[in-house]
Amino acid sequence: MFLFGFNLNKRTFVPVQIENMRLSQLEVGEKGIVKEFTDLEMSVKLMEMGCLPGEEIRVARVAPLGDPIAIHVSGYQLSLRKREASTIILQ
Amino acid sequence: MEADIRVALVGNPNTGKSTLFNVLTGLNQKIGNFPGVTVDKKTGYCSLPDGRKAEVIDLPGTYSLYPKSRDESIVFSVLADKASELTPDLVVVVIDASNLKRNLLLYTQVADLKIPVIVALNMMDMAHKRGISIDIDGLAKRLGVPIVPISARKVDGIDQLKTTISYANKIALQEATIDVESIAPQLIEHIGREMELDNPYFALQLAHQHETLKFLSATQSDRIEQLEKKYSFHPQKAQATETIARYTFINKLLHETVKKHHAAHDDPWSNKIDKVLTHRVFGFIIFFGILLFMFQAIFAWSAYPMELIENFFVWAQSSLHHTLPAGPLTNLLVDGVIAGLSGVMVFIPQIAILFAFISILEDTGYMARVTFMMDKIMRKVGLSGKSVVPLIGGFACAVPSIMSTRTIENWKDRMITILVTPLVTCSARLPVYTLLIALVVPSRNVWWIFNLQGLALTAMYLFSLFSAITVALVMKYLLKARERGYFIMELPVYRMPRWNNVFLAMVERAKTFVLEAGKVIIAVSVILWVLASYGPGNRFDQIDQKYHQPEYVRSIKPDDLNRIIASEKLENSYAGVMGHVIEPVIKPLGFDWKIGIALITSFAAREVFVGTMATIYSVDGNAEQMTTVQQKMHDAKDPATGKPVFTFAVAFSLMMFYAFAMQCASTMAIVYRETKSWKWPAIQFGYMTGLAYIISFITFQLLK
Repeated sequence: MFLFGFNLNKRTFVPVQIENMRLSQLEVGEKGIVKEFTDLEMSVKLMEMGCLPGEEIRVARVAPLGDPIAIHVSGYQLSLRKREASTIILQ
Repeated sequence: MEADIRVALVGNPNTGKSTLFNVLTGLNQKIGNFPGVTVDKKTGYCSLPDGRKAEVIDLPGTYSLYPKSRDESIVFSVLADKASELTPDLVVVVIDASNLKRNLLLYTQVADLKIPVIVALNMMDMAHKRGISIDIDGLAKRLGVPIVPISARKVDGIDQLKTTISYANKIALQEATIDVESIAPQLIEHIGREMELDNPYFALQLAHQHETLKFLSATQSDRIEQLEKKYSFHPQKAQATETIARYTFINKLLHETVKKHHAAHDDPWSNKIDKVLTHRVFGFIIFFGILLFMFQAIFAWSAYPMELIENFFVWAQSSLHHTLPAGPLTNLLVDGVIAGLSGVMVFIPQIAILFAFISILEDTGYMARVTFMMDKIMRKVGLSGKSVVPLIGGFACAVPSIMSTRTIENWKDRMITILVTPLVTCSARLPVYTLLIALVVPSRNVWWIFNLQGLALTAMYLFSLFSAITVALVMKYLLKARERGYFIMELPVYRMPRWNNVFLAMVERAKTFVLEAGKVIIAVSVILWVLASYGPGNRFDQIDQKYHQPEYVRSIKPDDLNRIIASEKLENSYAGVMGHVIEPVIKPLGFDWKIGIALITSFAAREVFVGTMATIYSVDGNAEQMTTVQQKMHDAKDPATGKPVFTFAVAFSLMMFYAFAMQCASTMAIVYRETKSWKWPAIQFGYMTGLAYIISFITFQLLK
């Protein structure tokens, strides 16, 4: 999806892609389906742990200090930092 | 012991692999090192139903053959090194039936290496509870391997597993899982041709891991690197393609053989426990409560066995002195070697209790939650959530704590944890602190319930945590990261601890500690004994002659005379001379040459301080008589000024020195063992001792 935003350098309106939802933006209890990753190195590690495109993810809880988070994926509970969760783009 | 067949256990973490290993081998196991790396190698023996003997190797738990930590890198190298004495004839892949999908990834990788393989399907009861029903025969048929359902916890299906092991084929019959060649066709073909490999997946893994594999020669490794460039091989892309292909295969397989009755995602019980244990308020309260209990237990429960061990060695020393002919050899054996040995053995109870707790916390799954809760705080100071465990363990002893840093994947996080853990107040500092606090802090109550001495001790403990965190923060900026830090960790389902595992962990850790650290401690104590028992030139003879003159023999009681001789000899021994040499350096800290000797001897181990003080102030050499040492130290006067030696300023300066200085040969030895280089123990020694000097200096100058 595209919207138009004002680019300060070019001083014109340019198309800006509205970013998809990322895993880090989900609240506790919310679900999403993995679409793709923004980071190759991280994606390899996440996929090995069962976080693959097409897989459903549900946020189980957030650590007491707000980071990391715990998710349910592939039938088990996985914890990861918010920064890592932000590399997962949801459908 | 010669085995007929070698079996390797491979599996994800938390699948009950170690429990299975313990069930198969019992106490018939030993820990060694894998050649060239400091990863525990657990091997044991087990009898098969056909009378043959199997050697079982427990390989570190891993989610994939692509390693994320040092422990994990062992798995592929053991499976791949055909020339090694550890190469298994058969691999048993342990799979958690309640979590088939993720567990099967590792299976498909091992299967494609074409090593004969059996699947042990553990935790079937858990799968049942979660409403998962598995068509085991269908699964076995599709994979082309024997699958044995077991329950390692309840010791179910173990005989069946042993029978299957004894019938196992010498050749791999399993079906291929994915089309490996298509990932990098030319590269795989070329490596396979040049290195005469018949297995494409093996060739692909070599391309990925050649830099870290010990069995490849430098030429071979360089050649693989060249070929990778030639075919523009991109490891991460290849791994991503492979992982997706494997999970596609697994999903199709599970679709055909596994039925889920209800969509219960998670264990409801585990979820409820988590709500309490990771609660934003109760979570921390419970955690600190557990910590408090742990310390109490480490100190309280170990006191009696430690006393027994000490008494045993005192008894052994005195009876050996009586039975063996007097002479330097006997002295070396008894006062050097055995005294050193007792210094090692006395820590066994604390280490065993600490590791029992750590193993219970890990076994139940609680440790993963602690890591989860603490990660954010720890990351701020350059550590990781996984550093919490070693830091807490540091209150007991830095040695086992540094051993437990192996679970930290990130190199920088692990190094910082190793570097700061010895700053945490360990149990060896306790006798030093109690002695000095008792000397200068009055024992009276403030605010009704708080004892002033107890408060001073608590302050020393809190101060040590503060300094460890501060140093970690500084290291965060000094050390360069070798790789990106990340924190992707399974939160396992809560389970009851397995007491058998806890017991075995205690035994194993204590054994490793005695064997590894023991060597160094004994060596250092022998050196110290020599330094304290001999002096340059004929100074000792002169002392003997001087005190054998009639006016001394007549006027002083023999016991007192011996003490005076011993203390004068100490002053003139090499250690005493060294004390005098360093006196100008330590003068600004408020220390005289006698304290200097104690500082030098304490570099073997901190608790030596009390014993050295006892000898110097000529108290029968019995460190147990704390009140006597204390009295003597209290009465000690500076010969020049006539004022007491141990003032408030000196005592606190001394405590600060002990709080920071790297005075522990065992820790240095274990850091060397864990980092495989003398660079890190040297850095640690340098920065800690430097800090000790500066902070003692400031303390003394401010307080005097």
